[in-house]
Amino acid sequence: MKSTLFKIIGGILLLAIGVFLGRTLLGTSGESTVPMPSTMQYRNVGHSGDTTQVAQRKEFTGQIIEVKKGGSIQEAVKAANPGDLIRVFPGTYSENVYIDKDDISLQGVIIKGEWPTLDGKHKINDGFLYSGNGILIENFKIINYKGNGIMGQAGNNFIIRNNWIIDTGVYGIFPQFGKNGLIEHNVLSVIADAAIYVGMCDNIDVRHNEVFDSVAGIEIENSRHCLVENNYVHNNTGGLLAFITPGLPIKTAFNIIFRNNFVVNNNHPNFGAPGSTVASIPPGTGILIMAADDVIVENNIITGNKNTGITIVDLATGDPKANDPNSEGNPDRVVILDNIMFGNGDDPTGEIKAIMLTQLETKGPDIFAYGGGIGSTIRDKNRYRTFGLGDYGPAQIEDTKDIKTMMLGAPVPPRSVTDQELGEITYYGVCAGCHALGTTLIGVDTQIIKDIYVDNPQGIVNYITKPLNLRDDYPEMPPQDYLSDEAKMAVAKYILQMTN
Amino acid sequence: MENKSTLLKLSIIGLLFSGLLLFFFSSDSSESYTDLAALNCHCPPGFKLNEDNKCISKNLYQQYDSPNNQGVGGLQTGLPVVRDGFTPQEIDLGRYLFFDPVMSIDGSMSCATCHEPNKGFSDGLPTSIGKDNLKLDRAAPTLWNVGYLKRLFWDGRAATLEEQMEMTLFSEVEMANNPENLLNTLNNIDNYRKLFAEAYPERDKKEDIELPEIFKALAAFQSSLISLNSKYDQYAHGYHAALNEKEIEGMNVFRSFVARCAECHTPPLFTNQQFAVIGSPEPDGLPLDPGAEIPFADKSMRGAFKVPTLRNIDLTAPYMHSGKFETLREAVEFYTKGRGHAVPKDEKLYIHWHIWEPELSDYELDRLVDFLKTLNDESFMPKMPETLPSGIKLTNQQT
Repeated sequence: MKSTLFKIIGGILLLAIGVFLGRTLLGTSGESTVPMPSTMQYRNVGHSGDTTQVAQRKEFTGQIIEVKKGGSIQEAVKAANPGDLIRVFPGTYSENVYIDKDDISLQGVIIKGEWPTLDGKHKINDGFLYSGNGILIENFKIINYKGNGIMGQAGNNFIIRNNWIIDTGVYGIFPQFGKNGLIEHNVLSVIADAAIYVGMCDNIDVRHNEVFDSVAGIEIENSRHCLVENNYVHNNTGGLLAFITPGLPIKTAFNIIFRNNFVVNNNHPNFGAPGSTVASIPPGTGILIMAADDVIVENNIITGNKNTGITIVDLATGDPKANDPNSEGNPDRVVILDNIMFGNGDDPTGEIKAIMLTQLETKGPDIFAYGGGIGSTIRDKNRYRTFGLGDYGPAQIEDTKDIKTMMLGAPVPPRSVTDQELGEITYYGVCAGCHALGTTLIGVDTQIIKDIYVDNPQGIVNYITKPLNLRDDYPEMPPQDYLSDEAKMAVAKYILQMTN
Repeated sequence: MENKSTLLKLSIIGLLFSGLLLFFFSSDSSESYTDLAALNCHCPPGFKLNEDNKCISKNLYQQYDSPNNQGVGGLQTGLPVVRDGFTPQEIDLGRYLFFDPVMSIDGSMSCATCHEPNKGFSDGLPTSIGKDNLKLDRAAPTLWNVGYLKRLFWDGRAATLEEQMEMTLFSEVEMANNPENLLNTLNNIDNYRKLFAEAYPERDKKEDIELPEIFKALAAFQSSLISLNSKYDQYAHGYHAALNEKEIEGMNVFRSFVARCAECHTPPLFTNQQFAVIGSPEPDGLPLDPGAEIPFADKSMRGAFKVPTLRNIDLTAPYMHSGKFETLREAVEFYTKGRGHAVPKDEKLYIHWHIWEPELSDYELDRLVDFLKTLNDESFMPKMPETLPSGIKLTNQQT
């Protein structure tokens, strides 16, 4: 008996020691193994379109700035320079992070299931708000904001990835006016408008995201060259949307591919804000194409959407209240390739219900087209229950497998201005308010500046950064320290070489 | 005899003297015309003179691209296409015309009467005052950066500055002039004949002034009114210390998708140049202004107005198309008081989708005002002429 007990105790002890040793010796600290985020990769530079070889990859060149629980992400952004990586560790951060710089990467570090969480507490407007180019945001949980989870205003070459976004107000992820961006592996839910909203953008890939319990799942609006692929889009009011909203300054939407998505059971009651465009989407809408051109719908699984599987309408039908003579309102050249569709239209609502009743049908169709538009085609019309596809001819393509991405083969370059140009726009755009060559305005004749600082542009730079009033007959010059060092030197050199 | 001849001599001398006097007097008075400075041969600030004697727009936003060339985006986005390429002389002639009340039927109003430089090129009134002190229907919009706009007037009824000024000069209730009288008036002023000949050297000096010359010169001057060097612009170009914490908070409210200001008042011009029905109230007792519904003959645009720029907005109170709001604070508060809250009961307007219930706090509204004030910039203020070619005194119109 005794020895048995001894053996058991000994066994437990040994086990405990083993576990202890194992944990201490073999266990890894999460922090030391945080991998660098993978950056934007460009496969097409100098290669044909179908290669998988990475031809160009953005490199991390800067510092790593760590933000720990209790710290501020915004303070890190303020301290960061282009090329820097900001690592945010688990904790709750209730702030609006705005990034008005280029090439800043923000990487959440998830440790044993604990996420760095941005919590807007239903009081703060936006989680992340960026305007710079080359922004990367990944691994964040973003909850309870009033406006957006992540919003971009301009800003090219962005990556928004691996974020978990719940109830962030109007949009979850909303890049606007951006070119060349990747939105992938995000999970979004409970968004009152579009969970992922690509607005007035170009060359965007939206792939491998899960979006659910929102009014609109993924919305491509007034944007061109977008690939929406491999997303799981379920229980929204409407699943995938490609459309033109009239009255916006950029007025077209075309070249959009919906491919290999699961568009399932999008029957959520519509809780969009009154007056918003999505507030009029009938529940049970799988895919909605409104006024967008050259949209390809391929190899999606579109099932259980109670109104229709795919709805294709013109603006006059879909959004009759907002006229815009500069927006062409017909969906032209829509291409429906093979899709798995069943169980759609079981409980149609509103106009579609009324229209189907005129056909003595109580179910909504798999595919419903209404209004204007020319040149649309379908690969195998017979396999679906359709309405309004009478003038759809046979598709001229079988698939889009040659299109791997809509992103660009190389990053959108920043607009490059030469030093000469920078000097010129700075001189005429700023200095000319007070100075002119050969005449006296508020400040001295530019000729005098030229004469004083012959071959000494640094002298001009020093002066304009911290002016000293040397002349009683002229007002004091305000410091021009807000100009970048580059612009200051460029304008100094420009002034010295001016001849007229 | 002696006396007589002396008298004769004296009278001859006297005659000669008075003749000389007359001569000098008259030459003096004609010199008062020629004394007037000839037209400026330099471009105004913001423009570079090229080899063809044209002023080409230059500014720091030319460092940046603009998505689809629409001139709307974020902080570092290029501007829309501007009207430039006028000669310095056209611009300067336009400046004289702009300030000269001779342009109106009775010499009582100039362009500057409603677009006063020291009031943000507006007039500080809820709605402008027209001919014979008639109260007009709408507020005078600022002219800063007007050369970037594709539509003019609150209701967008003009597509060019030339169309716009024609409608104002010849409107019975505004400057009330007519083409014949305007041409007659200007052609009878030697100063203007000379200045027009200088601004349009390709034609014969003796030819009469023509309407397109007048319009082009005024368009040239108005297009030269550039305001792109505010504190906000310094921030946008990368100098983040240009704005204080409160102003930055305001900027973030401005561009958030809760307030949504930037969705229509989009940088860098702070207008996306579209039309929007926001349902703002008219001053007491005035009926609803149908706005763009009339020129576009489109019911859905009832109550729609062109989105105005917000640059120098702090200088152009009161606000909205008929000046209902006296302060910026009241104007921003309008947007959080409920979608359509001020629409008359018997009207059904298609309120813009961005007008919603943002539930902005008082604190946020205050910060928005802080931010809007950072858009002030008058560093390229043109000089008012010291004397006018018509001889009309400049001071009496700058009330």
